[in-house]
Amino acid sequence: MKIPVMADEKAQGRDPELLFWVGCAGSFDQRAQKITKAFATILDKVGINYAILGSEEMCTGDPVRRAGNEFMFQMMAYQNINLLNQYQVKKIVTACPHCFNTLKNEYPELGGHYEVIHHTELLQTLLDQGKIIIKDSGPFKGKKITYHDSCYLGRSNNIYEAPRSVLEALDAELVEMKRCKKNGLCCGAGGAQMFKEEEKGNERVNLERSKEAIQTNASIIASACPFCNTMMTDGIKLNEKETDIEVMDIAELIAKSI
Amino acid sequence: MEILQQILFLASIAVSVALFSKKIKQIRRNIFLGQPEVINDHYAERWKNVLLLAFGQKKMFKNPTVAFLHLFVYLGFIIINIEIFEIIIDGITGSHRIFAPYIPALYPLLINSFEFLAASVIIVCLIFLIRRNILPVLRFKSNELKGWPSKDANLILLIEIILMSLFLSMNAADSILQQANQEPYSLHKTGPFLISSYVSVIFSGWPIHALILLERICWWLHILGIFIFLNYLPWSKHLHILLAFPNAFYARLTPQGKLHNMPSVQQEVLYSFQPELAPAQTDSTSHLKFGAKDIQDLSWKNILDAYTCTECGRCSSACPANQTGKLLSPRKIMMNTRDRAEEIGNNINKNGSFKDDSKSLLFDYINEEELRACTTCNACVEACPVSINPLDIIIQLRRYLVMEQSSAPSEWTAMFTNVENNFAPWKFSPDDRINWTKE
Repeated sequence: MKIPVMADEKAQGRDPELLFWVGCAGSFDQRAQKITKAFATILDKVGINYAILGSEEMCTGDPVRRAGNEFMFQMMAYQNINLLNQYQVKKIVTACPHCFNTLKNEYPELGGHYEVIHHTELLQTLLDQGKIIIKDSGPFKGKKITYHDSCYLGRSNNIYEAPRSVLEALDAELVEMKRCKKNGLCCGAGGAQMFKEEEKGNERVNLERSKEAIQTNASIIASACPFCNTMMTDGIKLNEKETDIEVMDIAELIAKSI
Repeated sequence: MEILQQILFLASIAVSVALFSKKIKQIRRNIFLGQPEVINDHYAERWKNVLLLAFGQKKMFKNPTVAFLHLFVYLGFIIINIEIFEIIIDGITGSHRIFAPYIPALYPLLINSFEFLAASVIIVCLIFLIRRNILPVLRFKSNELKGWPSKDANLILLIEIILMSLFLSMNAADSILQQANQEPYSLHKTGPFLISSYVSVIFSGWPIHALILLERICWWLHILGIFIFLNYLPWSKHLHILLAFPNAFYARLTPQGKLHNMPSVQQEVLYSFQPELAPAQTDSTSHLKFGAKDIQDLSWKNILDAYTCTECGRCSSACPANQTGKLLSPRKIMMNTRDRAEEIGNNINKNGSFKDDSKSLLFDYINEEELRACTTCNACVEACPVSINPLDIIIQLRRYLVMEQSSAPSEWTAMFTNVENNFAPWKFSPDDRINWTKE
């Protein structure tokens, strides 16, 4: 599969209508790379005219801003917005809720105005339009799946239904955790926690959350955020349940079902 | 005798209103110690929030049982005020039940509904006392509630029980005196009331003069109690009954995930990339302060938040850090902010203007360990029934730590360096960003 890169596309006079913002986790983290590939496969199959920024993409600045380093955030925002505006990007899709939130909510007042959608929203639209058709006997049919709400998708941006409606299309049995949607419990990665050890306490946040997921007896935890994915995967391992439960991104579930 | 009561009554109103407005003015001043933040947009949406979140208590209904119990106390508070209006007019003019002759059919109905609410308030406050002190509700057992905060909570409940009992006893004595044809009580025959008729059984054998004395004592203690309670509010977490309304109005309307921009930093960064845009002469003496260290650095809305907090702890019990035993408690952040605002306020009262006390909200009240445990998940913001945003304060304090003190855990410092040099939080070369496309 060839992934179109914006600079090459523009150089060849093409004008991709959608930018796939991969994000740092999606680019560098080995586990998250699989999510990126799964999503790119779907875009490719549906025949969407998209491109990535490739090596020109930079961190949106989400973790530095939340850690308190506004200078570094503004540096990243300035460079990214310049690049996006230079390429006249109009629509962005991303599989990372943190990039999504920053691009959608924080870049406009800095001069970056784009239509930003999360990959679960795009998947929902494609399913609704019949552009993605789930196989009749998909691998997840009848399986018990629980969806872990990402804070930056859920509370931060009120996206609760898109990921769930995509999962429903898999004909799986969707079970909710005790704390879900608006009351969902964080995986522990947000606010730049991903990049440091937790403060001392009685328990790790991801352990607490994965226990709750285990209680649902689901065999798959569906995530929509690469950081949640890492945290939940680690939590399941710490609970020694990795042989029974798999943590998968919604894009991966769809990619395997079409 | 009558005229003496009227004079005493007028004097007590004057004193309580004067004291209350003095304290409220101080609180207003303390709130505006904060930075100016203009909030004057989307009026329709803001009024909708006042209706739904403050009047409608929408977020309380996440826990319907508690919400209904709280609703009785709240309705009691609002509706019984109509009766207080009558009591005040009676007190000033020396009349007795002044509304009764004008609305003879409606009057007993009104008093009966007040009595129903009064009895509900007593029952609910008793339940809340038990819940708070005996039942294992975790958020009422936290460290930050030790001492004054938990006394404050119990005191509020006790005062409400006492006020409502006085109201019912007053009506009970009144209706016995009516039946005994004792003036002025018999002038407006309202008949026995819904709840106090049961209370009057206790007093039925009492001589007339004792009943009159009882009625007068209850009437006076009830209204004086209300004046005292009014003046207790500004010192108590119970201030939420007033501030919940403006706080809902001024609640932020942007998506919860959006952080406040810092235009000063935005501009500095712009000048560093495009020096030609920078003004030729910069005033090097003025040092911009980044983030917040103390009350004066926060927005006035943050301080309004703090005065609105009723210390219920829904934020902390939703907080992932707090639930897993970390030091961070969003409720404590709000309580600390109010305590420090009060401390600064008292300093100003004493010295005329603020005299440096070598203390600050950050460090003396809230420490780095608390701030660093926050995952910015917005669960605290979502949980708050009165539109408080603890996260906004946490971020501003974090900004001060990082930008003014260069204080960050070493992993974060490394992450900053990576972002600066490699444009990613991890130490990968930008060229490796497309490695996944090659496999």
